[in-house]
Amino acid sequence: MRRTVAALLRKELLVELRTLESVPGMSLFAVTTFVVFHFALNRSSVDGDLAAGILWVTLLFAAILGVNRLFVADADQGGFDGFLLAPVDRSALLVAKAITLLAYIVVLELVAVPAFALLLLGPPLGQALPDLLGVLALADVGVAAIGTLVAALAVRTRARDLLGPLLALPLLVPIVIGGARATSPLLALAHPGAPAPRWLLTLGLYDLVFGLIAYAVFDFLLED
Amino acid sequence: MESSSRQPAGFSDSKPRAPGRVVRYGGGLRALSLATLAVMTAGLALVFFYAPLEAEQGFLQKIFYVHVPLAIVSLCGFVLGGLFAIQHLRTRDQRWDMRSYVAIHMSLIFGVGTLITGSIWAKGSWGHWWVWNEPTLVSFLIVFLLYATYQPLRFAIEDPERQARYASVFAITAGAFVPMNFIAVRLSTAYLHPRVLGGTSNLPAPMALTFVVCLVAMALLYTTMFKYELTAKHTRAQLRALRRRLAGEDAPAGLSRARTAAPTLQPPATIGAGAAGRPG
Amino acid sequence: MPALEVDGLARHYGEREALGGVSLTLEEGQTLVVFGPNGAGKTTLLRVLASLLRPHAGRVRVLGCELPQEAWKVRGRVGLLGHEPLLYRELTARENLRYHARLHGVGEERIGELLRALAIADRCDEPLRTLSRGMVQRVAVARAVLHEPPLLLLDEPHSNLDPAAVELVAPLIGARSPCTRVICSHDPGGGLAEADLVLGLRAGRPVLLRAAGEVRAPDIAELYR
Repeated sequence: MRRTVAALLRKELLVELRTLESVPGMSLFAVTTFVVFHFALNRSSVDGDLAAGILWVTLLFAAILGVNRLFVADADQGGFDGFLLAPVDRSALLVAKAITLLAYIVVLELVAVPAFALLLLGPPLGQALPDLLGVLALADVGVAAIGTLVAALAVRTRARDLLGPLLALPLLVPIVIGGARATSPLLALAHPGAPAPRWLLTLGLYDLVFGLIAYAVFDFLLED
Repeated sequence: MESSSRQPAGFSDSKPRAPGRVVRYGGGLRALSLATLAVMTAGLALVFFYAPLEAEQGFLQKIFYVHVPLAIVSLCGFVLGGLFAIQHLRTRDQRWDMRSYVAIHMSLIFGVGTLITGSIWAKGSWGHWWVWNEPTLVSFLIVFLLYATYQPLRFAIEDPERQARYASVFAITAGAFVPMNFIAVRLSTAYLHPRVLGGTSNLPAPMALTFVVCLVAMALLYTTMFKYELTAKHTRAQLRALRRRLAGEDAPAGLSRARTAAPTLQPPATIGAGAAGRPG
Repeated sequence: MPALEVDGLARHYGEREALGGVSLTLEEGQTLVVFGPNGAGKTTLLRVLASLLRPHAGRVRVLGCELPQEAWKVRGRVGLLGHEPLLYRELTARENLRYHARLHGVGEERIGELLRALAIADRCDEPLRTLSRGMVQRVAVARAVLHEPPLLLLDEPHSNLDPAAVELVAPLIGARSPCTRVICSHDPGGGLAEADLVLGLRAGRPVLLRAAGEVRAPDIAELYR
């Protein structure tokens, strides 16, 4: 299993490095969105709930861009058949693709969070950063699991670019709830606090439940 | 309507059966419909004549007897759709997919009812057509938006077998999502207004009784409509199979129907072409 | 033990019958050639034998393994060459083959061997999108035989190949290869020459199933009318 995941990851990395079609687009989209928010809200600096909201919405939409592209190369060129004919555990594809999406999102955040701190965020990020990274990490796992599942569902349908976001957004609402509520005390102007445990628990529960479900149903999407 | 419960003799559905054995999908439909009618009438009577007027909200509060049962039945229906979908993936029997589709379809309709009655209640109680501090309503909106993509998803896949399989995967994921979403929204909703429904233990006896009767009525209504739609679909499938048999060699080779989001059932003609028995 | 045992195989696509009542037996080392117009079910049959599609009725045994229950045993012992090359255009031939080699647990030397045998060694480090269709087809052949499968499923294998290339692939997928082969073909002349068993499909149904010696070109032409 590990060898298969490694082989798949190598292939993903190579294709992404050659085409650069996911990560730069996601990152650029996030930064542009912050600029749009500045003009839309007519604010130069945000904090607390508003800041958390803007950050999470932007990250979510940028992640969905990545979700849309996740299986496109396989569906259009490499074909799932090549993988399906190999004597390997098919869940390896889910694991590999989820890790790939997770990696894309992490790189996205490496660009988007500093950009956010620079462009829009009022209070300084320094102290809250470790907590913020923790919340982001928890949320990213859930987004990766659901994102991969939705991507596999949508890619072989006719309206693939439309169905991906339509399916993903409602499913990711609990992540937005947990993430934004957990982040908002971190970004408060006065007395920044710690994230409430209940939100971390929500995120953790979500990751667990949907990670398991994705693992259980993924194989059924690969057959023809 | 109730007389359509008998199927023509000699027809079988997708599983090969001994010839002459009649499959009756409409069986019990008449009894069920009558029971639903009876309980609904009883429920309505209780709501209007028996349940006391609530102190704060007055007559408007009675919509609670419609709104909450609609919500509960709808949510159960979505989860049921997920359970049927699990069976479909396990047995590969298209009939489970049909049941899953109808369950979700019915729940969507009941879901619309929930949102509308919820909105009316919100307008009456708080003066706005939509409020965010009522967790049931808010969870519902999210779940509704999710399940509203079920039919577009099905419609976007042409291969019927893959359509059924992908729809089942969706139904399972979405079914697990319903409770998860409920928890998350519940946690995030500020408890500004005391909610009328905390469980029937908080309600005075007459209200509790009315509520339970209305809940049963709603569940019966759902079951009856579920059976109706299932029967109608099966009948249509068998009609198509009959037409194909009549057409015989002249039957058109291609897909004779336009792209559809609804599941189709296999006509008996293709089964048993060679060795008996279906593979796993 | 026969390489293929098919009995009453049926598969439907919605209400339409994609394959119906296909029955045949193919011994090891033999070649089955399938003829039929487009849409007759040739590709469906190939994909069922490759374990990519489940049979909806009937029995299928490939290399002694019952499908679909033992499909996992068949994977890795079948080489499929379909209409799609199943290769990533942005990767080089070597990278593509390496990916498949890793999936199948095949060593690096085999890749080099195939690249040389198919005369693509000089362009093996350029992205596939820069290669001609003929060269891409050769890489696809390499992919199909990389893991030395005992059963080859070939869907019009000589499409996009010039006669020189056909010669190059012959030892791997042609009559001289020791594998059991199932070939879908539109070419009555060449196809018949290689066949041990001939299957003619029309609208999913087998209308012709005979040993190659008893079939002549006009019988094949009949199928296309």
